Amino acid sequence: MKTTLPEQELMEKGHMACLGCGGALAMRYLLKALGKNSMFAIPACCWAVIPGVFPYSCMDVPLQYVAFEATGAAISGMEAALKAKGKKEGVTVVGWAGDGGTLDIGIQALSGAVERGHDVKYVCYDNEAYMNTGIQRSSATPRGAWTTTTPVGKTRFWKQTNKKNIVEIMAAHDIPYTCTASVAYPEDLIKKAEKMKDIEGPCYMHIYAPCPTGWKYPPEKTIELSRLATETCIFPIYEVTYGKYKINKDIREEKKKPVLEYLKTQGRFRKLDEETVQSLQLYVDSEWNKLKRKVECFGEDK
Amino acid sequence: MGLMEIRWHGRGGQGVVTASELIAEAAILEGNFIQAFPEFGPERMGAPIKAFTRLSDEPIKIHSQVYSPDIVMVLDPTLIGQVDVTDGLSDDGILIVNTPMSVEELRSALGFGGRIYALNATKIAMEKIGRPVANTSCAGALVKVGKMVELENLLKVTEEKFGEKLPEKAIIANKEAIKAAYQEVSV
Amino acid sequence: MKMVLSGNASAAYGAKLARAEVISAYPITPQTKIVEKIADLIANGEFETEFVKVESEHSAMAAAVSASLVGARTFTATSSQGLLLMHEVLHWASASRTPIVMVNINRAVAPPWSVWADQTDTIAQRDTGWMQFYCESCQEVVDTMLILYKVAEDKDVMMPAMLSEDAFLLSHTSEIVDMPEQAEVDEFLGKFEPEQRLDVENPMSFGSLSMPHQYYYEFRYKMAEAMETAREKILDAEREFEKRFGRSYGGLLDLYRCDDAEIVLIAAGSMSSTIRVAVDEMREKGKKIGLARLRVFRPFPIKELRELAKGAKMIGVLDRSFCFGYEGAFFTEVKSALYDMENRPLVKGYVVGIGGRDVTLDVIHDVINDCMVTKDTKDEPFKWIGLKGGEQ
Repeated sequence: MKTTLPEQELMEKGHMACLGCGGALAMRYLLKALGKNSMFAIPACCWAVIPGVFPYSCMDVPLQYVAFEATGAAISGMEAALKAKGKKEGVTVVGWAGDGGTLDIGIQALSGAVERGHDVKYVCYDNEAYMNTGIQRSSATPRGAWTTTTPVGKTRFWKQTNKKNIVEIMAAHDIPYTCTASVAYPEDLIKKAEKMKDIEGPCYMHIYAPCPTGWKYPPEKTIELSRLATETCIFPIYEVTYGKYKINKDIREEKKKPVLEYLKTQGRFRKLDEETVQSLQLYVDSEWNKLKRKVECFGEDK
Repeated sequence: MGLMEIRWHGRGGQGVVTASELIAEAAILEGNFIQAFPEFGPERMGAPIKAFTRLSDEPIKIHSQVYSPDIVMVLDPTLIGQVDVTDGLSDDGILIVNTPMSVEELRSALGFGGRIYALNATKIAMEKIGRPVANTSCAGALVKVGKMVELENLLKVTEEKFGEKLPEKAIIANKEAIKAAYQEVSV
Repeated sequence: MKMVLSGNASAAYGAKLARAEVISAYPITPQTKIVEKIADLIANGEFETEFVKVESEHSAMAAAVSASLVGARTFTATSSQGLLLMHEVLHWASASRTPIVMVNINRAVAPPWSVWADQTDTIAQRDTGWMQFYCESCQEVVDTMLILYKVAEDKDVMMPAMLSEDAFLLSHTSEIVDMPEQAEVDEFLGKFEPEQRLDVENPMSFGSLSMPHQYYYEFRYKMAEAMETAREKILDAEREFEKRFGRSYGGLLDLYRCDDAEIVLIAAGSMSSTIRVAVDEMREKGKKIGLARLRVFRPFPIKELRELAKGAKMIGVLDRSFCFGYEGAFFTEVKSALYDMENRPLVKGYVVGIGGRDVTLDVIHDVINDCMVTKDTKDEPFKWIGLKGGEQ
């Protein structure tokens, strides 16, 4: 059977991810795109455990495990050292981190790394909570979601604030390339990873990575759920190339699915009331419209 | 009672830790001292896990892993052959397995010389609860075989522990499953 | 070639002589002149290095660790709050076995805010697995940086090293420095080429998860072994340095007029020089006083101390920091090293100079006088010298 994806595998079998882990699939696709001349830094997150326990590893590329907040700094150091040794040519330096290590504790180092203009690729696989430590909320947790630190209870104590928009924060750093990607659209993900590899300068990719354990849905639904996230416009697939916005998966108004359809599939949204669901629909609509306006103002042909 | 050490085998998500805590909480009702803890490590849904319960009529002071259990309880039949469930279990020990296999089949599969009890706890769970969650049935079988706590105390703590989390119907079903397993496991 | 340099400038030139390939640092008073001088040298084409102007000290050390794992000779510098912020990553550096050399300007820790000399910052890092050297002159700073790269990069050591100089007393004080010749330094140090490194041609993972039953425990044991190996390597490096450059600093415990000393003071940093003057003054008066300068704190000079203690009747230990809930760190560790000795000397502790309180000749004489008065009694184990509002 032939596929449209690169054939090379740089991730061995026997890793430790949960059944249906979106992050495991995302890494596999990324490695196919970037190839063996890639050097990784991975902070505390699920992926600090997924490769396996010493002395085993599923990763066929050089990899340094780093402190939780340090991914941006680690890749800066790697890039500088490779340049100093005359070995940077043809090598892709990658920071691979979860949402916690990117949006929260790691945001400072990430901002610093991209602001300084290092030739590094930062990829965040977003499972929308601190999953490795047991499903605590992060600033990437969507409003309304149950987590162990927003456990709903009797007082509607779900996550109160909207997801921090790290993608736009990265775009606002004026870096050469910022994008979102999803395991539901592997060809798009791989194309974008290849594009990042060829760009010299800091690039940011945000991958939607569903988590059956933390979001409470059957593990075989990961890809379906990813697609639904985009079809409801909750997770738009778009890119910003040298300041120019482009939506890669345009969802036409008549095809746009209601947010409720997405919320219903996951146990973490089980206790939402109608009022909140409506508010979430309004929020998603408004963000989607904002994005479309950005394309109108800053599209590729502008 | 002296010190009794129980090791539980199951998979992540099967309620193994809950079962180990139920036994411990029932033992407290009877004036015993307890310790209950999982084997902490990188784990995920479906991966093999272990939990431990220590019971004693005197305060338990040691804090380290259980290496020589008196009783081993296996909640998931697919672990036989995958995980060494009899590790550290002497021939004076007891092995209880949730399985459709017979005791003879188990004995030849494991080569274990001690007492073996087999019951299809998953079938009981399906009948009584409607879901293949066998942890409470296994707890019922354990107290029948091991006699470390009275059935009524196990039922009592089940009611309390699940009171916050499950609807009344489910609590009753779990208690029925415990009772059924208690009846069924032959000693 | 002789130059007039401050302690900060000396550190910058040390990095240049060592040909540090990656420098990642964040400015903090009173270290700023180090990074500024390095920037100047780079801007003027005198120093070819990758200078990563990170956005915090935590990132400075994290970037340094990664750079070192790629195989680059790496340098950083900080002080006080910055060193504290780096603490987590100091552990990462030593346990990753990265031979990073760092210059720390010993500065008091807030609150209250203080930019003056105090050793609390480095004392608080004594358990992080870093070698720790304390310098008393700008010349020593330059020379020690070179010695530290040599020792740290030895394949049987591969542990990071920090070098301390006192805030303002050394960092901003200009002295004459005889700059070693670059060619001679190149021969002394060679290039840094670690076998195990991040390399796309030979992929490896560094720092993954390790269970209780294997092998985290063993990894830590190997670090302990490496620190022990460092003792001899430090002496070897200093012997070679002396042959090539003609200067020596007395090894781990730098003894001054201790041969027949009855009372020996132990101290680290710039106050050591002041103590030398006090020792000479006392000797003029016929008093047998000596100084054992704690040049190396980690690895701790146990052997050298015991040798010293054979002769001395009393040891006065000066701490420019304090471990609340107990006593000064140098004081504790000196006593601990001497515990097993038969006929060990009396050891007393003196807290001085915290928050930059000036350690003058008078202060040293106060300490010496106290030693002389109390050497046959054991009135109190330690005292804080010069507290406003009367003695302790």
